[in-house]
Amino acid sequence: MAMKTGAQIIWESLVKEGVEVVFGYPGGAILPAYDAMLDYPIHHVLTRHEQGAAHAADGYARASGKVGVAIATSGPGATNLVTGIATAMLDSSPIVCITGQVGTSVIGSDAFQEVDITGVTLPITKHNYLVTHVGDLAQTIREAFHIARTGRPGPVLIDIPKDVQNSKCEFVYPSDPMLYPRRPLPSRVPNATLEYAAELINQSERPVILAGHGVLISGAMQRLIEFADKTQIPVALTLLGLGVFPRQHPLCLGMMGMHGEAYANRAVQNADLLIAFGMRFDDRVTGNLKTYAKHAKKIHVEIDPAEISKNVHVDLPIQGDARAVLEQLIPLVTTKPRRAWHEQIREWRMETEARDILRQEESDTLVPAHVMHDLWQATEGQALIVSDVGQNQMWEAQYYRHDLPRGLVTSGGLGTMGFALPAAIGAKLARPDAEVWVVVGDGGFQMTMPELATMVQEHLKLNIAIINNGYLGMVRQWQQMFYERRYAATPILSPDFCKLAAAYGITALSVTQRDEVIPAVQAARAHPGPVLIDFRVEQEHCVYPMVPAGADLQAMIRRPVQAQ
Amino acid sequence: MKHTLVALVEDKPGVLNRVASLFRRRAFNIESLTVGRTHEPNVSRMTILVDTEQTAPHLVEANLSKLINVIDVRDVTHTPTVMRDLALIKVRAHAGELAEIKQLAEIFRGSIVDVASDSVIVEITGAEEKISGLIELLRPRGIIEMVRTGQVAMVRGHGHPSNGNGNGNGNPLIA
Repeated sequence: MAMKTGAQIIWESLVKEGVEVVFGYPGGAILPAYDAMLDYPIHHVLTRHEQGAAHAADGYARASGKVGVAIATSGPGATNLVTGIATAMLDSSPIVCITGQVGTSVIGSDAFQEVDITGVTLPITKHNYLVTHVGDLAQTIREAFHIARTGRPGPVLIDIPKDVQNSKCEFVYPSDPMLYPRRPLPSRVPNATLEYAAELINQSERPVILAGHGVLISGAMQRLIEFADKTQIPVALTLLGLGVFPRQHPLCLGMMGMHGEAYANRAVQNADLLIAFGMRFDDRVTGNLKTYAKHAKKIHVEIDPAEISKNVHVDLPIQGDARAVLEQLIPLVTTKPRRAWHEQIREWRMETEARDILRQEESDTLVPAHVMHDLWQATEGQALIVSDVGQNQMWEAQYYRHDLPRGLVTSGGLGTMGFALPAAIGAKLARPDAEVWVVVGDGGFQMTMPELATMVQEHLKLNIAIINNGYLGMVRQWQQMFYERRYAATPILSPDFCKLAAAYGITALSVTQRDEVIPAVQAARAHPGPVLIDFRVEQEHCVYPMVPAGADLQAMIRRPVQAQ
Repeated sequence: MKHTLVALVEDKPGVLNRVASLFRRRAFNIESLTVGRTHEPNVSRMTILVDTEQTAPHLVEANLSKLINVIDVRDVTHTPTVMRDLALIKVRAHAGELAEIKQLAEIFRGSIVDVASDSVIVEITGAEEKISGLIELLRPRGIIEMVRTGQVAMVRGHGHPSNGNGNGNGNPLIA
């Protein structure tokens, strides 16, 4: 058996895990690993900041369902990963971060570029490791990938001191994923539980299905469609659930919650039964918990036991994988017309549509919702959108009608501005054939725009739609609504994005009128290289409807009805 | 109301930190936490008392079970269990009072383990209420200092945390 260095073992192990691409940034304490990298068939993407590496690994993971890998050096390299790790943690995204660490002999001495990164990332990783013996390295990497991708996925960090990278031992990749196996999930839900669930479902008159990211992670999309079709129960989606149930399906209510459509929230509030699959009753979904769906019994199908009855008291918890549970439930449920309920929802839907921004007359300025709608039309709903955070994200969620799973990558739980561009780089590398669009505001874009160089260096064809309103728009919207229009620190100056793009050798267009939107999108699609479009939109548009933070879900601030 | 959780954890550096960090960031209110070795070399055992006024015990149990280094967790509150706490109580005592304190301690199956010119140390082991009972009786004499270990728990009979109430599939570490 050949002796390998720790540095070689890292790459041997990554190859065994099927890793083809990693995102990272070299530095002193990770140099041995980088040196060994050249001998292995793994493509390294040099991001311009370690945060970009973590987001790119996250985007790669979300676009593909595979584990993304980010690499950084010790100290500042490692701490720069932190925002990306927390983003992955909150959105259950499987990434493995490998960091260099100072030598074991000086750990704890405040050595140059030393940070206790396992301590720092303890609350924002699913698990983390400090490997102090080279003999533990292969097992640790094996475990890290297993932990990242199984159960409720999440980020795992492995901190590897420099001397461990240089030490040698025999390399054998372990066959068992865990040295100490965890308690496995029960493979079947008890029959009595399923029968009770079916009884609640079959008896309900005003049921709503709530579907989230867990449906995607478990690959339960087809089962969810079958279940909804059979029971004729409408489906409301979380932000990260968009695409797990087709938007064009007649039973689809779209997104619920703070910026969900009024008819979706009304359906939830008036339901007599909520059947939640792979979602966690986040405060952005529920609003005020005291008044949330008061008349509804709640069935919660969730793989993570710590999410059950955390925010909302659940009448029937079912711990399990969404797909496995759906497969067991489908034979037990019956078809029931529930005409009054569907008629009620149809009325609410019509009332909402009358207020819709798409029905309003065009003005001289560019309406951001129109941009998103036209982007959807021009890309035939087939694009993989990577959206940032804020108004751009909500308009995307409302007006880009996702019919396909993995059609949207966005930072939901953490709401990380600057996520979109680096995540899109990862997404495009995961799915080279996908038409990838970055949807980003002028604020968030400026947080991580150095990653434009990464995109160019990697010859990636991304399309970037900057929704440029000259404000940190969502914060400005809150200031408008709740702080008497006192716009503290929200007006934001931007460079000329087209000139900036030119400096990177990127084709750019500026759009100021509605009728230019579709031609610009088509031009971007037709162009072989990356294209940036600077959409100069109306500056003070708000995202409607809106449930103020902590307010009752039915207390929505609606779209103003404009005089025609 | 208090709930008693028993957790088997890997005996590795940082595991207590992970548990403590979990309680801190989830704002779990813990009444006591004891850690000690078990009959297995690489396994430690924690007994955790949760104050259910402010903290839902099922969330403590579920979150603990998610920690990779936690092998198993079980809420033994509603299982017949032996619970023990140990206290050392240093009480002010002059020569003439010694016999009286000794008698008192013996009623509670405690004993005097150290005698100084003006104080004694009483050791007592038992259920929490029993210890509290003795403390109340000693308090008027002047307690100089006191330490309690916090409770440890063990299920009576055949039950143990890893083959418990149907939610575990057994633990390969504990035969």
